[in-house]
Amino acid sequence: MFDDRSPIYQQIADKIKEDIISGVLLEDEQVMSTNQYAAFYRINPATAAKGFQLLTDEGILYKKRGIGMFVSGEARQSLLAQRRDVFFEEVVDKMLAEADKIGVPVGDIIKRIESVKGRDEA
Amino acid sequence: MTLGIEVNKLQLRYGSFTALHDLTFKLDGGKIYGLLGRNGSGKTSLLSILASFRLQSAGSVSIGGEAPFENAKMMEQVCFIQESGHMNEGFSVRDALSLAASCWPNWDDAYAAKLVKLYDLPLKKRATTLSRGMKSALGVTIGLASRAPVTIFDESYLGMDAPSRYTFYEQLLNDYMEHPRTIILSTHLIEEVASLFEEVLIIDKGRLIVHEETESIRTKGRAVTGPAEAVDRFAQGKTVFGEQKLGRTKSVTVFGELDDAACERAISEGLELGPVSLQDLFVHMTKRKGDEQ
Repeated sequence: MFDDRSPIYQQIADKIKEDIISGVLLEDEQVMSTNQYAAFYRINPATAAKGFQLLTDEGILYKKRGIGMFVSGEARQSLLAQRRDVFFEEVVDKMLAEADKIGVPVGDIIKRIESVKGRDEA
Repeated sequence: MTLGIEVNKLQLRYGSFTALHDLTFKLDGGKIYGLLGRNGSGKTSLLSILASFRLQSAGSVSIGGEAPFENAKMMEQVCFIQESGHMNEGFSVRDALSLAASCWPNWDDAYAAKLVKLYDLPLKKRATTLSRGMKSALGVTIGLASRAPVTIFDESYLGMDAPSRYTFYEQLLNDYMEHPRTIILSTHLIEEVASLFEEVLIIDKGRLIVHEETESIRTKGRAVTGPAEAVDRFAQGKTVFGEQKLGRTKSVTVFGELDDAACERAISEGLELGPVSLQDLFVHMTKRKGDEQ
């Protein structure tokens, strides 16, 4: 369920972010408790709590005293904005670097994009 | 109530052999700890002292502020489940459970009954005639149902098949969340249980070599491969294990504080940085010369 690439709490936080972006978790909806996450993924509850803390610090989740954790009103918008910011760096720039390395001209990439786009719109 | 443990300059000698050298550490109450070490590294010696089964040669141990040895009040706060278990000749499983119920004041009969059912333990059978896996299941049942503020499992899974071990991990985690207490697990099956540990202690040849949060161990280890000079630059100031060379390429495992900028710089210099599991790190840290042939 988890890999060794990053700490488990980071991966828990990423899963929750992914659920918010894809709409599985809605804004102002209550998130499962750290103990429920811990039992589900069979991890130490302190690890799950650390993931929640990370999301609270980022303003993605907020706490209602005595009730639990909820998704912030602006969580989805701010996560989408973050994703868009890194899209060019992480996806486009990396693709261009790879194309350059193996000798694919930029013109070919643009042609390809247009043909895939045309096919999708047809 | 949870109890913390403090160990200070603890030593244990058997004749001229020193099993534990000056161990010093502090465990906060209410966490799950993993105790890792190779065979003969001193794990059981250490746990036996914590459980007051044995008296140290020097140094001190305190549990909840009190020395546990020959301290009746402490005995009922600590439950120590050993690998093979100490079963009285002639005792049935039922007798073993009622004896345990009388030893630990937090004992939960209903929970014990639930575990007996989960493990299909034959109540009337003599405990000494159980298979190894069933003896372990009985040990685990006693350890969990004791709800002792300090519960220690020393390789308590021996002989259990994988489904039984997973039942143990699941019960341990869920019951711990409902009834927080200090739990120490010693194990060789690191990959199976690593995610349950909040902190990990590694002892090697009677010395404590690591005591860290499990999550921080994960962020400190990296498998580094690339041009030899770049690998050496990156590894500077960190502990290096398992050096290997292939032509001009070098591969090492490093352990130490890593900052993102240094990692990015390393990648731009052509280094590959991979993750290291707790198990791999343990293998590297406790490797001996004889293991390399």
